Amino acid sequence: MTPTTSSFREAIAPLWRDNLALAQLLGLCPLLAVTTTVVNGVALGLASAAVVVIASTAMSALKRALKPAARLPVALLILATLVTVVDLFSEALFYDLHGKLGIFIPLIVVNSGLLAHAENVASRRSVGFTLLSALATGFGFLLAFVALGAFREIVGHGTLLSDIELLAGESYRGMRLDLGVGGVLVAILPPGAFFGLGLLLALRNRLTATKPQDRSSSGTPR
Amino acid sequence: MANARSHPFVTAVVVAAFAAAAFYAVEVTYDWSDDRIAANQRARVVAGLNSVLEPGLRGRDLTTTLLAVTDAALLGSDSPIDVFVLTDRGAPMATVFATVAPHGYNAAIDLLIGVAPIGTVTGVRVVRHRETQGLGDAIDTAKSDWMLQFDTKALSAPPPELWAIEQDEGEFDAISGATVTSRAVVAAVKNTLLYFEQHRDELYARAAEAANAGRASPP
Repeated sequence: MTPTTSSFREAIAPLWRDNLALAQLLGLCPLLAVTTTVVNGVALGLASAAVVVIASTAMSALKRALKPAARLPVALLILATLVTVVDLFSEALFYDLHGKLGIFIPLIVVNSGLLAHAENVASRRSVGFTLLSALATGFGFLLAFVALGAFREIVGHGTLLSDIELLAGESYRGMRLDLGVGGVLVAILPPGAFFGLGLLLALRNRLTATKPQDRSSSGTPR
Repeated sequence: MANARSHPFVTAVVVAAFAAAAFYAVEVTYDWSDDRIAANQRARVVAGLNSVLEPGLRGRDLTTTLLAVTDAALLGSDSPIDVFVLTDRGAPMATVFATVAPHGYNAAIDLLIGVAPIGTVTGVRVVRHRETQGLGDAIDTAKSDWMLQFDTKALSAPPPELWAIEQDEGEFDAISGATVTSRAVVAAVKNTLLYFEQHRDELYARAAEAANAGRASPP
């Protein structure tokens, strides 16, 4: 395997193999709390992804300018600023959705997985690698939100993409699908979040277990 | 060693520079979003007021006067709540209470209750609640029509002893599985009507006074 391919594979590992939520089990608090519908999940997943992509890339670009002692405070400053900006931005443009996500937008700042990426990966790797890896981390996290949100919305409400107009605009209201099934209340209650997450983890382990050669390359030991 | 000694100072300067940049970025975003967020909040209040008015009054250009009143027993909160008196050339057309049902299942329920001058309910909507998803959240008109049963009700119709849910020998439907929530909302609507009956003239007088003082604001 050429070095380019292996570092590419390492950079995109957080998309699935080292997925923040499904493999590292980080950031579960917002994941479990807001995924009562797909749209809620997509909104918070996108906000988290935007924050990690910008923060990590900026930290990587700044790594020569920053002494090790300054790295953590600056990373926190950048993350806190980005999260505040995203919070104000979403309140200005997506007021109703912002109301539904509530405290979980400001709480992106304490997502340890995102901080670890902006601190660890960004300080050791090139800007290009960091950008790719941050995209993989963000979209991997978004994937977990979408999967859990879709599962809970279908089983709990029997719909998909309800409230889409809050995110995409009034003209997309018709994208909402009524599946005519579901209505299993427990799926949208907090216990349903844990059941859904358990099923997702089981599914992921099943898919990973059939391809053992994928686990041979480097990654965080678990 | 001189280099090592200068590190903390340099580090502090670098971090301070980033803090200043962060401050500036937040400031710029705040300036940009401030008006939009305020407009969103106003739009929600106006939409909320419209939703609890009689259909004939919705969207009409009424003068809205905001009053603050406190009545822990009847309005559910120790702190002042907002009361909107809507007038048309000085004649009161409707009163909207942003009241609180203190005994919700998980927390207090914030309600908007519209009352016509003759004391009938013109609409009740939930503004904010923490009731159980799938059960108590049927108080939200997006989920069910339960809230609409209060329309046109008054203190005399049904009589006061029937202002309760069926389980308590009253006239109002309860949400199945959410008796506590239903009881809390029925009580809040009844108490708001009681407050209105006792303070109607006072509210109208205060609204007229505020309008004369030029503090009235269009919705």
